[in-house]
Amino acid sequence: MRLAEAWRVALDALRANRLRSGLTMLGMVIGVGAVVILVALGTGTKNEVQAQVEGLGSNLLLVVPGQVSLNAAPAVSRLDQSDLDAVIRIAGDRDRVAVSLTSGENVRAGKEQVFTSLLGVLETTPKVFLRDVRAGAYLTRTDVETGRRVAVLGSSVARTLFGERDPIGQQVTIAGVRFRVIGVFAPLGQSLGVDRDNEVHVPLSTAQRLLATKRVDAFAVKAPDAETIDRLGRDIVAELHRRHPDEEFSAVTQEQILGVLGDILGVLTAVLAAIAGISLLVGGVGVSNIMLVSVRERTREIGLRMALGARPRDIGLQFLLEAVLLTTIGGLLGIAFGVGASLATAALSPVPAALTWWSIALAFGVSCAVGIVFGVVPAQRAGRLDPVVALRSE
Amino acid sequence: MTGDAAIEAIDVARTYALDGVSVPALRGVTLTVEHGEYTAVVGPSGSGKSTLMHLLGGLDQPTSGRLRIGGRDVAGLTAAEMAHLRNATIGFVFQSFHLLSRTSALDNVALPLVYRGLGARERRERAARMLERVGLSHRIGHRPNQLSGGEQQRVAIARALVTEPAVLLADEPTGNLDQATGQAVLELLEQLNTAEGVAVVLVTHDREVAARARRQITMRDGRVVSDTAADASTQRADDTGSDGPAHDGEAGR
Repeated sequence: MRLAEAWRVALDALRANRLRSGLTMLGMVIGVGAVVILVALGTGTKNEVQAQVEGLGSNLLLVVPGQVSLNAAPAVSRLDQSDLDAVIRIAGDRDRVAVSLTSGENVRAGKEQVFTSLLGVLETTPKVFLRDVRAGAYLTRTDVETGRRVAVLGSSVARTLFGERDPIGQQVTIAGVRFRVIGVFAPLGQSLGVDRDNEVHVPLSTAQRLLATKRVDAFAVKAPDAETIDRLGRDIVAELHRRHPDEEFSAVTQEQILGVLGDILGVLTAVLAAIAGISLLVGGVGVSNIMLVSVRERTREIGLRMALGARPRDIGLQFLLEAVLLTTIGGLLGIAFGVGASLATAALSPVPAALTWWSIALAFGVSCAVGIVFGVVPAQRAGRLDPVVALRSE
Repeated sequence: MTGDAAIEAIDVARTYALDGVSVPALRGVTLTVEHGEYTAVVGPSGSGKSTLMHLLGGLDQPTSGRLRIGGRDVAGLTAAEMAHLRNATIGFVFQSFHLLSRTSALDNVALPLVYRGLGARERRERAARMLERVGLSHRIGHRPNQLSGGEQQRVAIARALVTEPAVLLADEPTGNLDQATGQAVLELLEQLNTAEGVAVVLVTHDREVAARARRQITMRDGRVVSDTAADASTQRADDTGSDGPAHDGEAGR
């Protein structure tokens, strides 16, 4: 029997049982659709995280006390001004080093109030991280050295406190102390789960006085180039360790953060895809089941075809193609459904979804494979029927 | 026994295993179907005539004995080779027609040619010619459920003959038809036997049907108990039952 003929016969058989074929396909539609959607969500999230980490700036080294871990609370810092001076000395240039002292504080202006991250920082922050000031200006070295009570607001803080009014030159109250607003950041969005627009930067010395502490929490060092970044990290950690022998310090690069996050998101995507794969498996079992029913129903037809000269492989091929047709049509519909749902999600919600060609090709390949795998047993069963017995069946 | 015969069976036996007990259905049958012959196999149910039919048609293999179909010994043939042999040599007509219900008369007739690997165009041309031979040119696009029983059996006969087989095996071809329609189908078979030169083996339990054949083989308990060739004209004279044109019975169904 020619292959084209076999396809036609298979298609006819599916048409003859439209409802049944449709319901069987539905299992595949859901399975394949779920795979496409979940892979798109996983990929989209991964892409976004990557963009956010890279958006911090290039050749960046983050130095923190304790170990860098995503599931442990940050250690309390014992670093202070002298450690900062040491780090600046190793980095070779004050402009390469950013530092932060972070505290959650209420910021008020008039009747408006917002809870925000207060960051005591150096004037070098915009040179180390990518941060644009939309209005006014950033802190100056003089502000830091003289401990002025001036503040740069994140864009959402400015909007909450001042609405459409211009905040530059206005007063805000932080922990009961008045500050003058000298600048507003351009919106940045989320980064690694932190709303970076909900921040207020003040000079480090001012923040230390306000919080009655001498500590600093973390350093960020910008390496001159990618080659020196690892050595710089080792030198800084070694120096800090020398100064605080009973403390542990870590220096991580963006690549390392990306690596860790990428691994986690990769595992997450794989787990989601596997769960979706289970529904594909269930769909495949449904196909197998319906094909067995179909073989039994059409035993007489099989007997007749055999009597007329169909070889076992002609009969087997006919049923195998029928199964493959069921799963590939279902798979194509599932891909259409998955692509549509992913595009809608990306367009209508903040959840990122990125379609990749490989996931669509994979979904289609898997659909064909499911048809073959789950169609083989019913097809073999059909091909092995004894024509005498098959002809006699009712 | 010559090698030219359409089918030769020498001491053929067939035993079935049912729940571990072997049940002999055929206990050593020797017969030859010559080209162009018209033979009826009669016998009560359980006499082994269906088993014989399956063996002669290459649907089954004998447990012992030698069986040659179209000059080819079936011993040791694979299922695929048997299928090829059936397609090339045998045409089947069944009591219950066995037509594909969702398929037109034309495509039903063309079906055996699919397994011969012919292209769609040639299949249809040959099927159309065969439908014309059985007088159903006007029913080409009809589906089985739009045809009367007699018409359905004539479609089945066209399907059996479209491959130009050496032997047409008909298993109770009139069993599901009323008498007049049955007569018409038998007349068609006789006519095709004469005109196309195809050997016809007709299995029936109906003595009247069998009486029309030139040669009658009677079976009982898995054995041939008589094999007589009669003068065709006297057999026809004995024919009783239907009067009037045979085609009447089908028209209104």
